[in-house]
Amino acid sequence: MEIGKDLIAASSTPIVLAILAEGDSYGYAILTRVREVSGGRMEWTDGMLYPVLHRLERLGHVEARWEVAESGRRRKYYHLTSQGRAQLAEESRQWKVVDATLRGIWSELRLTLSPSPAASPLRTAGT
Amino acid sequence: MSELNRDAALEDQIAQWRAFIRRRQAIHAVDVAELEDHLREQVAGLVAGGLSSDEAFLVAVKRMGSMDSLSREFAREHSDRLWKQLVTAPSETGGAGPWIDTQALVAVGVAVAAAVAIKVPAFLGFPIDAHPAFYVRNLSLFVLPFLAGYFAWKRRLAPSTVRWLGLAFVVAAVLANVAPFAPTGKNPDPLQALHLPIALWLAVGIAYAGGRWSEVSGRMDFIRFTGELFIYYVLIALGGGVLTAFMALTFQSIGIKVEHFFQSWLLPCGAVGAVVIASWLVEAKQSVIENMAPVLTRLFTPLFALMLLAFLGTLLWSGRAVTIDRDLLIGFDLLLVVVLGLLLYSVSARDSSAPPGVFDGMQVALLISALIADVVALWCIGARIGEFGFTPNRVAALGENLILLVNLAWSTVLYLRFLTGRGPFARLEKWQTDYLPVYAGWAAMVVVVFPLVFRKG
Repeated sequence: MEIGKDLIAASSTPIVLAILAEGDSYGYAILTRVREVSGGRMEWTDGMLYPVLHRLERLGHVEARWEVAESGRRRKYYHLTSQGRAQLAEESRQWKVVDATLRGIWSELRLTLSPSPAASPLRTAGT
Repeated sequence: MSELNRDAALEDQIAQWRAFIRRRQAIHAVDVAELEDHLREQVAGLVAGGLSSDEAFLVAVKRMGSMDSLSREFAREHSDRLWKQLVTAPSETGGAGPWIDTQALVAVGVAVAAAVAIKVPAFLGFPIDAHPAFYVRNLSLFVLPFLAGYFAWKRRLAPSTVRWLGLAFVVAAVLANVAPFAPTGKNPDPLQALHLPIALWLAVGIAYAGGRWSEVSGRMDFIRFTGELFIYYVLIALGGGVLTAFMALTFQSIGIKVEHFFQSWLLPCGAVGAVVIASWLVEAKQSVIENMAPVLTRLFTPLFALMLLAFLGTLLWSGRAVTIDRDLLIGFDLLLVVVLGLLLYSVSARDSSAPPGVFDGMQVALLISALIADVVALWCIGARIGEFGFTPNRVAALGENLILLVNLAWSTVLYLRFLTGRGPFARLEKWQTDYLPVYAGWAAMVVVVFPLVFRKG
């Protein structure tokens, strides 16, 4: 399933923050975790994760440090700050509201969620 | 294919990818390192899943996303990066960091050494206010050996080159201070004071080029460096002027005059130290800040061409006689120097494979009008030089005029050939860079031969 660009962009912050809440991590491992949790249904363009991480770093939600990985290469690890944790809680509240709203409308409409039309309401919800 | 070969091929591909992504301005070296770690991890994962390393590399690059959209994302997040920053080095990358720090430290050290050097004679009883002539004739020796030394260190020059450069500076010091070359009396000799730095600048150039002096590109880099250094130096001097003005102002408010400190410390030490600092900045910033000399060239080439054409037009129209004395001849020398500078920096910034354009036509118009103006000036002074007789100043000015005239005339020929498609642009570059030693040679001759020929009494 192809998820719209805007929705990917909107959801990337809470997803990354949540994964980092599980423990410090680095780019490749974060992407692997996203694939794992979504069962491969969320496909991010790998490179796009890094500008997101850098933005979170600039905002102070995460901290970065360079470490030498077991492979001998230098690797940039990200760590969730307490401010990032607060942001995650806030994002989670907002997403729950969006989720609850969509659920409410859809159950009233008794929509049959076939894969292709599902993409359009999702996209508008993301913006 | 053996394991080792496969690794080498993969390393090769990754190196190419790195070089490619490194060209994106918005993606810094430190980000490239992060992305490369990702790429390697991805490749390793895919190889473990059964792909060959070639296939794994292709898939990993594809998953990374298109380079354009990636660098757009980076640019959006780091918009400041598109404004070239005054940072000298990204501090986290490692690798290049310490070397750049060392360079900065050495540059500051060399600048301080030059500043101390210019104060040493004062401690030995030669203060600036009492012996201006000594300082004027030795000024270049307080700066250029340090600058050459800095580049000798930075470029790791061969010991034999260093010895030759050292010898050149020792000879220069002797020429500047020992009779019969040195001017006697209290008054500085402006000819020597002007020409010694020009001759020694070649020594700096050889140190700067660091073994690439014999190549056109090495000398061209030195030309670029000279122009940028000049611009940086002027900027630093302006800043220094503002600093001094505020210093005088603030100290005046508490009734202390800083003139003496300014004249005997701040100005001489700052002026020599700033040359080294400016040189270091030019080097450190050469990829960071747009080169200014070509930009100014673009701006002023048409304006100078218009000015000269207007002058020639008025000359013809009004039929006025050109009256010229020695000062005006020097003025025309300077005009040719400016035209040469405009030519040099547009040549240095021009892609030599680009086809002729409007700007090239403008350049040729500038060259031809400057040549005509100068020939008119020479014609007029030629008539009068017999009348006045030969003095060193007049001969020097005339010699320089001829040297510049030859250079510009041949440049015009080469440029016209290029415009008419009968010669490559590279010929012009080669001519200009080959000509550099001529200036230094003439300057050296003025310093060495003139005092012997024009000895007083």
